[in-house]
Amino acid sequence: MRFSVMLEQLSGGMVKSLGIFVLTLVFSLPLGLLVSFGRMSKNKILQTIIKGYISLMRGTPLMLQLLVVYFGPYYLFGMRIGGSYRFIAIIVGFSLNYAAYFAEIYRSGIESMPVGQYEAANILGYSKTQCFFRIIFPQVVKRILPAVTNEVITLVKDTSLSFSLAYAEMFTIAKQIAAAETTFIPFVVAAVFYFVFNLVVAVGMETIEKKLNYYQ
Amino acid sequence: MKILEMNHIRKTFDDLEVIHDISLSVKEGEILSIIGPSGSGKSTLLRCATMLEKIDGGEILYMGERAAWTEPDGRRVYPKGAREKEIKSYFGLVFQNFNLFPHYSVMKNITDAPIVIQKRPKDEVYKEARELLAKMGLSDKEDAYPCQLSGGQCQRVAIARALALNPKILFFDEPTSALDPELTGEVLKVIKSLADLHITMVIVTHEMAFARDISDRIIFMDKGVVALEGKPEEVFDADHTRIKEFLGKFNRV
Ligand SMILES: Nc1ncnc2c1ncn2[C@@H]1O[C@H](COP(=O)(O)OP(=O)(O)OP(=O)(O)O)[C@@H](O)[C@H]1O
Ligand SMILES: [Mg+2]
Repeated sequence: MRFSVMLEQLSGGMVKSLGIFVLTLVFSLPLGLLVSFGRMSKNKILQTIIKGYISLMRGTPLMLQLLVVYFGPYYLFGMRIGGSYRFIAIIVGFSLNYAAYFAEIYRSGIESMPVGQYEAANILGYSKTQCFFRIIFPQVVKRILPAVTNEVITLVKDTSLSFSLAYAEMFTIAKQIAAAETTFIPFVVAAVFYFVFNLVVAVGMETIEKKLNYYQ
Repeated sequence: MKILEMNHIRKTFDDLEVIHDISLSVKEGEILSIIGPSGSGKSTLLRCATMLEKIDGGEILYMGERAAWTEPDGRRVYPKGAREKEIKSYFGLVFQNFNLFPHYSVMKNITDAPIVIQKRPKDEVYKEARELLAKMGLSDKEDAYPCQLSGGQCQRVAIARALALNPKILFFDEPTSALDPELTGEVLKVIKSLADLHITMVIVTHEMAFARDISDRIIFMDKGVVALEGKPEEVFDADHTRIKEFLGKFNRV
């Protein structure tokens, strides 16, 4: 196989890896915030359920979770799987998993906020929602950015776990070509891809961090 | 007219009653200072008046109308909705440690609530905020962030932020206790200038000379009760064991 053909096939995989990455963030970042609210809820039942969810997500391998999300509907309800459901299962699996991690990060940020900020907002007449979104959340974002960066970098690498559902992203294709052509080169390309991807992520996050450095 | 009335206020933390049956009132334009030893319940009383803490007994009136009370069965009632907003608009509070919003510039700290909460026109709010900043001697700081200011400057911004909402009464909880002695003077001067404008104020302070100078009336609190109340000279020169002890400690420091 010519190198250019190989690259062409791999680049198709890159786009799909990128898709998983972006969609996972789009869903898991807001979902994580909701989950963190549940985790901090005064309602003990809700709190316990969310605690269980978080420890399940963090305590079992992501690959296993992907398999459960993908095959679960078939074994539980006899639903037909495959086709576009493969991709949906990947996004659902990743989002549920990352939401759990993000929820704990949000929680640590929210709980680290001094009570005086809430009290000042309360006295000035902000409603609870206004207080959260105008005063608390922007400061939380700044506080949790380093922890979020860590997760995002892990996510770049975790997208390769989609190979367990035989979804044709970067790593799956690299493995296929490597096996068919008995060559090591696709792995090198894959390594370069993940590395550069993460470099871009790191630079991007650093830029955001710097932007938020206008206050202490 | 009485801006604030607190009648038979009680406040308990866990099993500890911190405020025992305190009553007080503040007339329009009046300046009331509250002094007393640490732990006597001064902050708690202010936090009850500003609804940061819920009372366990008694009633609070703003502008002659009930703003919070307890029913005979002990249930506390705090109005919600539009009435709650109205009550909140009557008072402002200046904290010991400022509690400015660090992610907002000085200007935004002052103008955000009037624009977002009171829905007042932006130009008008900005114009007023600039006037307030000038009064605070901070005209050159409107684009600065709180982290770039000294403690005294932060406290003056916090005062401007409270005033921007045009409260009927302004509470101060030890506004200078977090400041170096050199910075205390500038904040006290600003508060004094507010007194000259006849702004109604309740000030909890450990600055005895200041309290004596500025106040129309002084309350000496001790162990959760009003131990002494009156004109500054009446309280400071009273033949009263506890206040003599208290002031004696101060003079020694
Ligand atoms: N949130 C709380 N939970 C339990 N106890 C509290 C709480 N807030 C205050 N107290 C107690 O209530 C009492 C009165 O406290 P408060 O802060 O009102 O005193 P203070 O007069 O303002 O003292 P200081 O001059 O030191 O500020 C103290 O014994 C304090 O420990
Ligand atoms: Mg206090």
